[in-house]
Amino acid sequence: MEDEGQNDVSVASSSTVDCDLEEHRELNYLGLSDCSSAESYRLTGLSGDRKNDLNLKATELRLGLPGFQSPKREPNLHFVSSGKPDEKLLFPLLPLSQKSVVTGNKRGFSEVNDPIPKEGNWMFRASENEGPDSSNPGIKIKQSVGTAGAQSNLGNGIPSKQSKEHSLATSQNNASNNAPAAKAQVVGWPPVRSFRKNSLVSTSRNNEEVDGKLGAGALFIKVSMDGAPYLRKVDLHNYSTYQELSSALGKMFSCFIVGQCGSSGNLFKEMQTADSSKDLLHGSEYVLTYEDKDGDWMLVGDVPWNMFMNTCKKLKIMKGSDAIGLAPTAAEKSTRGY
Amino acid sequence: MAYSFPEEVLEHVFSFLHSDRDRNAVSLVCKSWYEIDRWSRRRVFIGNCYAISPRAVIRRFPEVRSIKIKGKPHFADFNLVPDGWGGYVFPWITAMASSYPWLEEIHLKRMVVTNACLELIAKSFKNFRVLVLSTCEGFSTDGLASIAANCRNLRELDLRDSEVDDLSGHWLSHFPDSYTSLVSLNISCLGSEVSFSALERLVSRCPNLRSLSLNQAVPIDRIACLLRQAPQLIELGTGAYNAELRPDVFSSLSGAFSCLKELRSLSGFWDAVPAYIPAVYSVCSGITSLNLSYTTMQNPDLTKLVSQCPNLQQLWVLDYIEDCGLEAVAASCKDLRELRVFPSDPYEEDEFDIALTERGLVSVSEGCTNLQSVLYFCHQMSNAALISIAQNRPNLTRFRLCIIEPRSPDYLTLQPLDAGFGAIVEHCKGLRRLSLSGLLTDRVFEYIGTHAKKLEMLSVAFAGESDLGLHLVLSGCESLRKLEIRDCPFGDKALLANAEKLETMRSLWMSSCSVSFGACKLLCRRMPRLNVEVIDETSEVAESRPESFTVQKLYIYRSVAGPRLDMPDYVLSMEEESPDLIG
Repeated sequence: MEDEGQNDVSVASSSTVDCDLEEHRELNYLGLSDCSSAESYRLTGLSGDRKNDLNLKATELRLGLPGFQSPKREPNLHFVSSGKPDEKLLFPLLPLSQKSVVTGNKRGFSEVNDPIPKEGNWMFRASENEGPDSSNPGIKIKQSVGTAGAQSNLGNGIPSKQSKEHSLATSQNNASNNAPAAKAQVVGWPPVRSFRKNSLVSTSRNNEEVDGKLGAGALFIKVSMDGAPYLRKVDLHNYSTYQELSSALGKMFSCFIVGQCGSSGNLFKEMQTADSSKDLLHGSEYVLTYEDKDGDWMLVGDVPWNMFMNTCKKLKIMKGSDAIGLAPTAAEKSTRGY
Repeated sequence: MAYSFPEEVLEHVFSFLHSDRDRNAVSLVCKSWYEIDRWSRRRVFIGNCYAISPRAVIRRFPEVRSIKIKGKPHFADFNLVPDGWGGYVFPWITAMASSYPWLEEIHLKRMVVTNACLELIAKSFKNFRVLVLSTCEGFSTDGLASIAANCRNLRELDLRDSEVDDLSGHWLSHFPDSYTSLVSLNISCLGSEVSFSALERLVSRCPNLRSLSLNQAVPIDRIACLLRQAPQLIELGTGAYNAELRPDVFSSLSGAFSCLKELRSLSGFWDAVPAYIPAVYSVCSGITSLNLSYTTMQNPDLTKLVSQCPNLQQLWVLDYIEDCGLEAVAASCKDLRELRVFPSDPYEEDEFDIALTERGLVSVSEGCTNLQSVLYFCHQMSNAALISIAQNRPNLTRFRLCIIEPRSPDYLTLQPLDAGFGAIVEHCKGLRRLSLSGLLTDRVFEYIGTHAKKLEMLSVAFAGESDLGLHLVLSGCESLRKLEIRDCPFGDKALLANAEKLETMRSLWMSSCSVSFGACKLLCRRMPRLNVEVIDETSEVAESRPESFTVQKLYIYRSVAGPRLDMPDYVLSMEEESPDLIG
C-alpha cells in the first residue's frame, strides 16, 4: 500500500522536485543565511525522505493508521475490479464501517430529521468566536475510521502560533478516537459562502416544516451497500411502494453488482412482492435492510410503507449471508416487548 | 491636434471607450482631454470604498449616472471578517444625493446598506433605474418598500445573495398600480412569502420584464400562471420546485414553460423533485445558463437535465453531478464556458464521499473547448490531472480549485501539487484569477511568479513553507491586483521587501500568517498611501502589544483618502500606531 506512490505515473518526477527544494533552502532571497524560520515550516516528508513513502504519508494531515487511506481517496474503485493495489484497503475497511454503523452512529442521520444544528450552528459559532483561540483551531482533522496513528508529525508545517491550538485539537481527537466524532472545523474553510450553507440547511429545514403536505419536502435517507466505496442518498418521498424503492436502488447500485446479476434492476426483483423479506433471504444474493429509530437493523418489507418511512433511519444493502441472524423483524420485535 | 476638434466630437469618440482603463488612459493625454473625459464619464467603478472619498469622486466626475462600489474584502464571504468591520455606503449615498440628482444606477457589493440609505435613494434620484445589492446586508424589507413605492422608473431590483432582515413579504405590494417599467427582479435571497396576487399583478402589467428570480416561498403550482403572464422572459429563477406529483400541475407547468421561447437562463429549483423536472425540457435547447447549485437533485435525473442543454455556456451545480455527470456534460455541452461545482456537504458529515473526483474536471476540460472559467470543490487531486487540464485548456482565464481537506497532496503520488498548478500557470497564459489548495510548497509560488504574468487575483490557503513563497508572488506577478492569504507561513521579510508593490495593488489580505505588529507599523511608516489595518479581537490594549506580536488578520490597501474613520474597536490603523509619520 505504501508503494502506491511509486507505482503510479508521477509526471512531476519526485526526485527533481526534492533536489530543487534542497537548492531553495540555501537561497534566501534576502541573502541572509538565517533560514531557520524557513526550515521549521518544512514538512519532514519532503526533505529527502522520498524513498520512504510511509514517512511522507505519516506527515500527511490525516488521522489513521500509517499507510491507511480512507475510502474517499479512491471513490471510483469498484470492489469487483481487480489489479489495483488500493483495492486491498477497501476490504479491511468494511468490517470496521459496519461496526461503526451498528454501534449506532446517530450523528450521521440525525441531520436528516433534525437538520437545524450542524452547518448552521457551526457557522454562527465561527462568526461569534473570532478570538485568537478559536479562530485558529488548527487544521481540520479528519477522523477516518481507525486510531490516530501518526499524529506526532502533524505538528510540522504549521506556524508556531497555531501549534498550541493544534495540539489541543490533536489531544481532543485522541480522546474521541473510538467513535467517529465531530471534526474540528476551521473557520471559513472550505470557502463556501454563508448563504449557500444556509440554503442547503434551510432547504432540509423547510422540508420538515411542511409536514401536512403528503409527499412535499424531501426525506433523505442514506443507502450504503456492502463493498461499495461510497454511499448514496435517496429521498423516500419519491416513492410510494417498496417496489419503486427497490427498483430505484437497483438502478443506483447496479454498477457495483456487474457480473453478479446481469442487468440492473433484476437484482431486486424479489423485492417487488409484498412478502419480499422472506424471499430475499432465500432467493437473491442481497437483502435490503434498514436501521430503525431504536437502532435495530430490520429487514425491509415487513411494515406498511408509511410506517416504514417514519421509522427508517438508514438503508443498507447487505449480502444475504450476512443478513441471516439479523435483528428480528418488526413483528417479532413487538411480541418480545422491546 | 486636440484643439482642432470641437469638444462634442471628442466626447462622441470617447463614448466608444467602454473600459475604465481606456478612459483613464485618454484622460492622461492632455488637459483638455482630461476635462472632456471628466465631464462625459457616466460610469464609475470604485473597487474599494475606502480607497477614495465620495467627495473626491464627485469632484472629478460631476455627471455620473452609474456607480459601482465594493466594500468588504472577499474573505468576508467566508466569515473571516468580523461584524461591524465597515463598508458603510451611507456616506456615499448622502454625498451623491446632493451632487448626482440624475443618478440612475447603484451597484454595491459586500457593503452595509441601511434602510436609511434605501429611503434616501428612493427620495433623491428622480430617474433612478437600477439597484443591485450583491452580498450586502444591513437593511430590511421596509427599506425595499421605500424603493418600490417611490422609484417610478425603476427597471432593475436585484438582491442577489444579500442578507435581508426579512420582516414580511408585504413590501412588494408597495409598487403602485401605475408602475410598469420593471425589467429585472431578483428576490431569491428572501425567505418570506410575498403576496402572490401582488406579484402576479406586477408581472402582468410590466411588459418589459425579462428577468425574474423568485424566492423559495413561491410554490411550484403558482409558477405556471406567472410564466403565462411573461412569455418574454429571458431569465427565470423558480421558487421551491417540489410538491407531490399532480398531473394537472405538471401539465400546466410544462405548457407554461413551452411558451417561453426566449428563455436563456434557469436557476432556483430548491428541493427539486425529479418528477417535475421534465416540465422544463422544452426550453432546454435554448438554455445557456443553468444554476442548479441549490437543488439536492441527484443522478440520474440531474445528469439527464443537464445533458439536454446543448447550448449551455454556464453551469453551476452541486457535486451530486458526479464524475459521470460531468462526462455527460463534456459530451453534450460543447459550448460550455464556465463550470462551478459546489460541495453538497462541505463539512463532510457523511462517512463516504459523493463520487466526484478530479476525473470529472478532466473530462470537461477535454470535451469543452471553450471552457474558460472553473470553480471546483473536490476531495482529491493529482498533478497528472492538473497537467492534463492545463494542456487541454490553455484558454482558461479563471481557475479556482478547492480540495476540501487542507494540505492534501497528490493522492496518487503523495507529492505536493506544485507541478500541477505550475502547469496551469505555465500553459494558461491568459489566467487572470487563481485559487490554490492542497499540499503546496514554495515551489508553486516560483512557478506562479515566473509564469502568471496576467494574474490579477490570487487566493492562497494552507500553502507554502516560508517567506520566499510570498516574495516570489509579489515580485513576479506583474498584473497582481488582489492577493488574499490565510494560514500560510508568510511573514515580515517578504512584506517589507515588497512594500512598493503593495501600492500597485488594490488590496492584500493576510490572516493566520506570521506577520508581526512591528512590521505592520514599519510598513505603514514607509508607505504613506497604504492603509495598514490590523484586525485583532483579543482584549489586550494596543499599547501592551509588543512589536513581535503576531497579528491575527491584516488588511492592506492603497488609498488616497487616508485612514478611515469608521473602524470598530478591533481594527487598528497602523497609522495611529506610528505617530512619527508625517502626514
